[in-house]
Amino acid sequence: MNRDEIRVCILRVAGTNCDRETKTALQDVGMTAEVVHFKQLSTKENLMEYDMLVVPGGFSHGDYVRAGAIWGKKLMATMGKDIRRFMDEGRPILGICNGFQVLIEAGLLPQSQGVSRFPEAALASNSPSGYNCRWVYLRLETANTSIFTKRILKRTLRIPVAHAEGRFLFEGKKADRQLEELINNRQLVFRYCHEDGEYADGKYPINPNGSLYDIAGICSPCGTVFGLMPHPERAYFGWQSPNWTMETGKEPAPYGDGGLLFESAAEYLEKKF
Amino acid sequence: MQHWKARVEISLKPGHVDPEGETTCQSLRDLTYPVKSVAVSKIYTITLEAEAQADAESQIKEICQRLLANPTKDDFTYQVAEAK
Repeated sequence: MNRDEIRVCILRVAGTNCDRETKTALQDVGMTAEVVHFKQLSTKENLMEYDMLVVPGGFSHGDYVRAGAIWGKKLMATMGKDIRRFMDEGRPILGICNGFQVLIEAGLLPQSQGVSRFPEAALASNSPSGYNCRWVYLRLETANTSIFTKRILKRTLRIPVAHAEGRFLFEGKKADRQLEELINNRQLVFRYCHEDGEYADGKYPINPNGSLYDIAGICSPCGTVFGLMPHPERAYFGWQSPNWTMETGKEPAPYGDGGLLFESAAEYLEKKF
Repeated sequence: MQHWKARVEISLKPGHVDPEGETTCQSLRDLTYPVKSVAVSKIYTITLEAEAQADAESQIKEICQRLLANPTKDDFTYQVAEAK
């Protein structure tokens, strides 16, 4: 499949944000990206006409009940069959920030025993509490499982977070076993770290939300479903970096680190289909 | 089919961060009340149809598990009574 033939669906509902930034980044990588309203997809259009699905950030359905909960359940209740077929055919699904919350609530991540009816993990209120908008460093734990990281050849990435509920947690008694499983299955993709790659070890603000084991992003066992709290589309162009003048002196670098995720997905799709 | 009214309470499991509770607690202390802690819960009042109370209760339990609570961080309790 040629790159410009790859059709990406960026799904939106009331409260979605960064869908346009995501579209711009995906198109700059060379894919064809469309922002599609959830209602449009669940009634008129067919998910199977797309090669990749992105659930972007924001505050879907006002974050009522719990961040990502309403959309997550709605997604599976109305399009569950299509979503399963989409995944079975190896078409990638990416959840960014609120999109990650949606994938967790939908039972699409971490998929330790396949898609789960009830959420297996939570993205709880940040600790320390409050909305955190800052640039963080991410350490790549495993490049080979997720199809979104295969083009990443360096150890750390710099990408911003912006959320109040991003604290990745497993349930109290089961947490150790679930974490071990995540690590052994090579589903742990990104952890918050210092600039030099040393783990944050739970320390704020390097770990901006108190996530268990500094977890910032995880993927499904087969690597095609991937969710992360940081926003790669906000670190796509070099000029999106808040201090590029200090970094380069004259001109911003053409690209930031976020594009590596989209580039990896594009390469995967070119080869796969 | 009868109508039933359920009162569902969703609360955070012990030890989880409760920003609203912490902020409210601080505000009450600022008003000089000797408040030790504040925990915020959500109450949903749900009216639903079911053949019998047991059926209504089982549906409410499923509603809590599927949508209203995340088992990783939330506890839930509910009471179901005939709607007047």
